Amino acid sequence: MLEKALIGSRRYWGWIFFLLAVIGVGFIFYLRQFSYGLGLTGMSRDVSWGLYIGQFTFLVGVAASAVMLVIPYYLHDFKKFGKIVILGEFLAVSAVTMCMLFIFVDMGQPIRIMNVVLHPTPNSIMFWDALVLNGYLFLNIVIGWTTLSADRKGVAPPSWVKPLIYLSIPWAVSIHTVTAFLYAGLPGRPFWLSAIMAARFLASAFAAGPAFLIILALIVRKLTKFDPGKEPIQALGKIVTYAMIANVFFLLLEVFTAFYSRIPGHMSSFEYLYAGLDGHGKLVPLMWVSVVLAAVSLVLLINPGTRRKESLLVVACAAVFVSLWIDKGFGLIVGGFVPNPFERVTEYWPTMPETMITIAVWAVGLLVLTVLYKVAISVREAQLESGTDSSH
Amino acid sequence: MSISRRDFLKIAGLSGLGIGFSATDLLWKRGRADAVEYMPSPKGLTAKRWAMVVDLRKFRTEEDYKRVIDACHRIHNVPDFGNPKDEVKWIWTETFEHAFPYQRNEYLPEGIQEKKALLFCNHCDNPPCVRVCPTKATFKRRDGIVAQDYHRCIGCRFCMAACPFGSRSFNWRDPRPFIKEMNPEFPTRTKGVVEKCNFCVERLAKGLKPACVVASNGGMIFGDLADPDSEVREILKTHYTLRRKAELGTRPSVFYIIGGEEDA
Repeated sequence: MLEKALIGSRRYWGWIFFLLAVIGVGFIFYLRQFSYGLGLTGMSRDVSWGLYIGQFTFLVGVAASAVMLVIPYYLHDFKKFGKIVILGEFLAVSAVTMCMLFIFVDMGQPIRIMNVVLHPTPNSIMFWDALVLNGYLFLNIVIGWTTLSADRKGVAPPSWVKPLIYLSIPWAVSIHTVTAFLYAGLPGRPFWLSAIMAARFLASAFAAGPAFLIILALIVRKLTKFDPGKEPIQALGKIVTYAMIANVFFLLLEVFTAFYSRIPGHMSSFEYLYAGLDGHGKLVPLMWVSVVLAAVSLVLLINPGTRRKESLLVVACAAVFVSLWIDKGFGLIVGGFVPNPFERVTEYWPTMPETMITIAVWAVGLLVLTVLYKVAISVREAQLESGTDSSH
Repeated sequence: MSISRRDFLKIAGLSGLGIGFSATDLLWKRGRADAVEYMPSPKGLTAKRWAMVVDLRKFRTEEDYKRVIDACHRIHNVPDFGNPKDEVKWIWTETFEHAFPYQRNEYLPEGIQEKKALLFCNHCDNPPCVRVCPTKATFKRRDGIVAQDYHRCIGCRFCMAACPFGSRSFNWRDPRPFIKEMNPEFPTRTKGVVEKCNFCVERLAKGLKPACVVASNGGMIFGDLADPDSEVREILKTHYTLRRKAELGTRPSVFYIIGGEEDA
């Protein structure tokens, strides 16, 4: 099936080579980071995780969101997702790939990565995170590939894949729960020390992931002969709406606890992010962009009139995606480190090489996504031509 | 010399058996700390739980602090980058209100809020850094010292996020060019690994007290917290002491005497 990714239009190859060029540039910067050290980034003793770990955290959510297609289709027999559930699974593969790369580029001693396997340490949440991420990658590759091959041949998927599909549902929840536990169990970081962290992570994941999927589905419709269909997109739109409402609600719960209790340690990160602290406020404009985008998206999503219009739905989805990218891919991680354990403010901003490496990892993700989507869409297009559309 | 087929098989079989045995031996030993295989020096200082008391009343001038910090950083090859972004430090000063942020009290006796405290790794009894490390590169020894294996550390910096005391430094770049005077007795570190105060394990093994204690002129007292007759226990019995962020339950092994009458 993979050979289908080798036959494409000029535009397809142009996009592939563009991504390869971006990856190439980022790789050169990575080599520089590899030889100089992580000092090439904006991170410091006080803010010791930054953009890389933020992207990792955000993308675990995008990966987990595939379950929002798998549950309706496989558990509730919602047939309209039949043709696009593969888009969710392949998005998960691409997102987990990026997660792993972001962890890798964040390591001080990347050549020692096998130490995690050589000295397995179950009391470290990182151990479990590596385990569930690898498992989730494996599940989605196997499930996506097997169901698509069966689809191509016009036969039902083999029976052994069903248990794997059911397993992938709690597994998706586990990847984001474990990722939240990386932060939510640390005694000295009050901003992260919150029982609702995992729930908030899942809510934001189920908003950002499907929002991205809607955008992707519309791009697919525009560029290929395969139309994911109006109804599945509307159904996804409703999922984004509920999840985004839950996400904003959870964030407001955090704000209430911090500011009604008035415990300084619990308030100060919020103050830094949204108002500035001790005269430092580098992230304030960005965080308010996130707030405004969240508000705009909610207005567009909650109102059925605007949600049903695809042109506005896509705006809402872009707003959700960017808002959550800022909130989780940046603010959440940096905010946890500011102020530092001495209640002093050290600010963080990514450097140019750090940004280029980040963009390159995204380009790798998009490359994986493009190739996998090309295969999936070629299968769908062939079905349309031969008229063997087997929506089970 | 020629060997018969029978002899060859005998030798091959025995060698195979030998390899098998060493492999099981290797598996058997896995997970056990290698440190137990060393024969400790009879001169070495030992304890059930090492602890430190910092008597801030004895630190009066800048020189008092500097002497201690320099002693530590010099013998441990701690680099001086001269900028806060790359900074690596094992022991440093911070004003009382920032060292004990939850003890803020504007009505304290004059000078206390601004009084500098010496900060370093607390060698917690319940260390979050050890809990989160994915490779056991940081671990708690039987004598309570929280140690760091620079050769196993993968540089994920989870321990830095977990430490509530900001005790850990990361080598953002190659530290070696920034070491003023190399001490060949102690290893230098490479870029990409985390490091911190080690309670001078290398000196304890030789029967010497930590370098900061020696340089402090009685301002820092080191001893066995588990021994009711030790010097640290005597001081803790007779003085009111503070531990940093005790409410977090990490049970630090470093105690501070802030003010009050100075002992003779």
